[in-house]
Amino acid sequence: MALPVYADPLERLWYYTYHVICVAIFVFLISPILIIMPLSFNAEPYFTFTQKMVTFDPEGYSLRWYDLLLTHGMVTPDAPRDASWWEDVWANAAWVKAAKNSVIIGFWSTIVATVLGTLAALGLSRAEMPYRRLIMAILISPMIVPIIIIATGLFFFYSNPCAMFGFECGRLTSTYTGVVLAHATLGIPFVIITVTATLIGFDQSLSRAAASLGASPSRTFFKIVLPLILPGVISGALFAFVTSFDEVVAVLFIAGPDQQTIPRQMWNGIREAISPAILSVATILVLISIALLATVELLRRRSERIRGVTPQ
Amino acid sequence: MTDASSQLTTADGRPLKAALAAAQSRARRRAFLLVAPLLLFVVVTFILPIGQMLQRSVYHDGFSNSAPALGEWFANNPDGSELDESAYAALATDLAQMKKDKTAGEAGTRINYTIPGTRSLFTSSARGADKLEPPYKEALLALDAKWGEPLVWQAMRQASSPWTSDFYLIATDRQRTADGGVEQVPENERIYLWLFGKTFVLSAVITFLCLILAFPIAHLLATLPMAKSNLLMILVLLPFWTSLLVRTTSWIVLLQGQGVVNNILVSLGVIGDDGRITMIYNQTGTIIVMTHILLPFMVLPLYSVMRTIKPSYARAARSLGATSWTTFRRIYLPQTLPGIGAGALLVFILAVGYYITPALVGGADGQLISNLIQFHMSKSNWSLAAALSAMLLAGVLVLYWLYDRLVGIDKLKLG
Repeated sequence: MALPVYADPLERLWYYTYHVICVAIFVFLISPILIIMPLSFNAEPYFTFTQKMVTFDPEGYSLRWYDLLLTHGMVTPDAPRDASWWEDVWANAAWVKAAKNSVIIGFWSTIVATVLGTLAALGLSRAEMPYRRLIMAILISPMIVPIIIIATGLFFFYSNPCAMFGFECGRLTSTYTGVVLAHATLGIPFVIITVTATLIGFDQSLSRAAASLGASPSRTFFKIVLPLILPGVISGALFAFVTSFDEVVAVLFIAGPDQQTIPRQMWNGIREAISPAILSVATILVLISIALLATVELLRRRSERIRGVTPQ
Repeated sequence: MTDASSQLTTADGRPLKAALAAAQSRARRRAFLLVAPLLLFVVVTFILPIGQMLQRSVYHDGFSNSAPALGEWFANNPDGSELDESAYAALATDLAQMKKDKTAGEAGTRINYTIPGTRSLFTSSARGADKLEPPYKEALLALDAKWGEPLVWQAMRQASSPWTSDFYLIATDRQRTADGGVEQVPENERIYLWLFGKTFVLSAVITFLCLILAFPIAHLLATLPMAKSNLLMILVLLPFWTSLLVRTTSWIVLLQGQGVVNNILVSLGVIGDDGRITMIYNQTGTIIVMTHILLPFMVLPLYSVMRTIKPSYARAARSLGATSWTTFRRIYLPQTLPGIGAGALLVFILAVGYYITPALVGGADGQLISNLIQFHMSKSNWSLAAALSAMLLAGVLVLYWLYDRLVGIDKLKLG
């Protein structure tokens, strides 16, 4: 938006003020995320820049909080760092355990959400789908309904899943299955939104051409449709994964100590004794989200290119 | 017309109309079958659990299960009947049974919801219930004079059926009078409606702040050349992709008493070391952090609408003599209304049900209704939590319906 030549002085002033305002808003958006990165290398247990950090004295910086992520919860944190020390880290360190849980739960819930969500998106984008609007509203609602209501509902449901049929059949609280199912439900809206958005630009005549050449519906899907919508499906899956990877309230309500995830560990850390170790976790998570954002952005461009949609 | 179409047939001799109808219903069935697995999944893992939980807001059998004799007495004696010996005899029978089954605590808890402080009345009376001698009225009143209070009897009458509206009365700051009517609780005890109001006001404030902050940058992004705006868009999308807990932590680090912002202000001499501003663990903290977290949800819909606005309208207005302010107000702003509506509704819906951020940075006065629901859940006050949830859910669903009407759910965009 260049300044037009006919602008009067007042408009010129506003033009520059406007850009200053925009810069300020961008700073507001991004600075909280950037500020924690240097602070996570703080040599002191403070949450602010020490004198040594400001003067870029190397003594002001250290990796102690990253080291704490590995040693916290270990049996022998002070042993020499050989193979058995690393085994100890892998088996006992609290944050490593939490990371493993997060990845396992995130992986399976993403699989469930993506497979079911992609199938449903295929159905929803067909013109002849009955009650399309209503069903879409139901499938998106996990994103809209307050998480506390979902979590309390699941808490009661999981403590006896068969209650509505009037008998007992074990419980899903404190199980991986329970958390995976809950996170899959929360991830579904994102898969539906991204995959249906991809399918809007999909040329249905391609699958008709495949069918007319004798391909079975499943062959048409795997050879023609899936490769074309794959970028959208992967973006949806990444959204679902991030949703699970970042989810804390449902975990607080339905998971047991065995299903401790990274967000839950952070939650405890923030609520009880907040230590700069939280900032080092946060820094790692920011780096992961940068990687994910870059992937999604590349996928979106690729999807636009192979579908022949010009970016606008 | 009907004659002509009824004669059209397919190659195998079926009427064309019937063949088309069959093909269409087959296509409909196929489309539905693709959606069916997910729909079933969502119904089982999402809708049924919430429905089951909401049932608790109107169903509580803690008292009715353990007081069958009183239930019978209430059924035979309508509201306003005299509390005679037969009523107290029924009460004594039930109390003795409660002692045997160890259910006095449960029954007392149910009555305690409507009249705080009555749980101990049940537990202590049940302890000596099997030694009671007729006449029961005198015996029970001697045990505790509270048994003569009409309000306690009114509460027991209401609780003698497991289906109850008591929890909605509590959740709307109302109570029953001794004669079965309904009145508002004393002013200093009204908390729930006030908190609902506060949640809506805070959400409105956050939505407004998001709009004020999102409008300029969405406009900038929409008017810059594609390459530049894609680059700047990362600054909006990165917070969107960053963990909620990470963003909340960063704000704690920035805003707390010994935090970065206060330290900078002190070292610049703006405030004294003893004049550090409290910006977190209070309502201000909730507003700042939630505005930051929800801002991308406002920028994205605004941006996608502003992208489609052609600059030629504004130029035409200017060439016809409008000032830049008039052009903005009369030409540009009205065209962005769909984006404003979509963004504001979405942000408001998400803000009303927010839990994590107020819980972490809200302190005492920055809590929202979700936090109160969690509080009652943690106190095992499940029916009241369910009633509050139902009211919150009703509000959110109305807004969601409005969003679908005005914007359309399929227009939701995620970057």
